[in-house]
Order: sequence, then C-alpha cells, then structure tokens
Amino acid sequence: MERNVYLYILVMAGVTYLIRMLPLTLIRKEIKNPWVRSFLYYVPYVTLSVMIFPAILTATASIWSGAAALVVGSILAYCKKSLFQVSIVSCAVVFCMEWILPV
Amino acid sequence: MNQRIRQFRYGLKDGVPIGLGYLAVSFSFGIMARKAGVSTLAAVIMSLTNLTSAGQFAALGIIEAGAPFVEMAAAQLIINLRYCLMSCSLSQKLEKGMPFLHRFMVSYGVTDEIFGVSVCREGSLSPFYTYGLICVAVPGWTFGTFLGAVSGDLLPARLLSALGVALYGMFLAVVIPPARESRILAGIILVSMGASFVFSVVPLLKDISSGFRIIILTVLIAGVAASLFPVKEEKG
Repeated sequence: MERNVYLYILVMAGVTYLIRMLPLTLIRKEIKNPWVRSFLYYVPYVTLSVMIFPAILTATASIWSGAAALVVGSILAYCKKSLFQVSIVSCAVVFCMEWILPV
Repeated sequence: MNQRIRQFRYGLKDGVPIGLGYLAVSFSFGIMARKAGVSTLAAVIMSLTNLTSAGQFAALGIIEAGAPFVEMAAAQLIINLRYCLMSCSLSQKLEKGMPFLHRFMVSYGVTDEIFGVSVCREGSLSPFYTYGLICVAVPGWTFGTFLGAVSGDLLPARLLSALGVALYGMFLAVVIPPARESRILAGIILVSMGASFVFSVVPLLKDISSGFRIIILTVLIAGVAASLFPVKEEKG
C-alpha cells in the first residue's frame, strides 16, 4: 500500500511537470488554433466546478453547513474577495452553522 | 547581478499573500490526505513535487480507490491541462534567448496564482521574480500540508469539519470572479455543477470514479463550449 502511494505520486508529479515544462521549452510560437485555445480556456472552469459541486455538500459534518459555505463563498467570490478571504470565511461559516445547529 | 537580486526580492514580497493562502488551503489538504489513508511523509512529498491543489485533491480519491496508474495519469493530465495554456502564455513573456535551465525551473512553479502574478509583470518576465514567488509559495504549501497531516488528529471534530471547505472556498474564488463579466462562463459553471450532480446520483453513472467523472465532464463540456462559444482573441 505504502509503496503504491509513492508510485502514484511519481506518476502524478511526472505528468504534472511535463504539462508545465513542455510548452515552456518546446512551443516557442503562440497557439493559433481557436478551438484548442477556447478548449484550454474553458478547462479550469469546468474542472473546478465539477469538483466543487456536489462534493462541498458532503465535505462537512452536515449538508446544511456545506450548503451555507457554498452560498457565502460564492457571494464573497462574486465580490472579488481574495482566495484567502473566501476560503477562511467559508470555514468560519461552517464552524458557526454547526455550532448553532445540532449535527 | 544586482538586477537579479532586486527581481528576486520583489518576488518574495509579492509571494507572501500567495504563501499564506497556500498555507491555509494545504492545511486542509493535509487533513484530507490522512483521512484518505496517505501518510504524513507521502502527503508532504506529494505537495512538494506536485504543487497543484485541484490535482492533489483529486489524487486522494484515486489513491483511496486503488485505481490504475493510467487513471491517475489521465486525471492529472485533464485537471492540470490549464497549466499547459499558462505555460504557453508564460513562454511569450520570457526573453527569447532564455537558457533552458531557467525554463525548466520556472516550469516547476506554474500554478494559477504564481502564473497570475508573474504574467501581470510589465515587460518581459525575469525568472528571478518567479523564483522569489516560488520561494515563499512552496514552503507555504508544503509546511501547511505537514501541519494539517500531523495536527489533524489533535483538532476538535467541529474545527476539522470547518476546514474541510477551505479548498472549495479557494476554488470558488478562482472560478466565480471571471464569470461576472461573462454569461457564457457563468452558464458553463452552472452546467458543470449540474452535470456533476447528475453523475453523483443517477445509477450506473454514480459508479464512475471521481477521477474519471472529472475527465469525462471536462472533455465533454469544455469541448462543446469551445465549439459553440469560441473565445475571441484577447487583448494580447
């Protein structure tokens, strides 16, 4: 099991580094293909959105505190608060919700 | 030489908020790693070698499920594909004759935040500026992972539950602000969340591992979006 974990880490580190390194060293010209550019542009939004929901609802002790964190976090993010602020306040919301509501 | 030191110092200074943000988020990553059965040492090594929140986060589910290495590689490729675009963009910011050694080292630090700050520098980018950012951000990310992994057991359950959303909070802060200016992006975010929800409740679809769910939905939704709403050329 433990050896497996390090192999997993090796695989992910290798793939991730190649993704970062190859364009910086090999591709000296700008990517022109509009479809590829658009696809790459949309990728992070789809990936992160898929990871956020519905997982955030089960990340805490109760669905309601997770939902509250989602709502408050979304509002703060919409107001262009920093990563740090959105993250910390989301945690605080969960903490307060679970203090008030019996879990 | 002087110029290099100055650029490095600017980088160190600008890296402080990034490092603090990473510290908080990686803290919850450390906790989650222990919950997923990953040792403290493995979690710290993972943070030091990968430096990618979404990728590492998804990796925990894959490791926990004991999924094939191919699935891990494919998941990292898709989730971290955005770094490819960032690296392409950064390559335009570096001076033409930049030695490969610098290109290899800058590559290590391509994250959403380090890229975002680096690419906003006026004129061409000094790699020493990026090294300054890396020198603050990487210890924040790695040390935070360590703290989370070792103190996770000591913290009260309610506090752990609260820290569980730190990573999601950061994701929200990355995804939502650009959606203010673009209805297309806002629509894509909602469709993605909706589709992810469908995949988590519908029989059969529900059995697909979280790594592959991310891959399938990302390729599908980003692909369709790229066909329907090609991005117009940006300002430069």
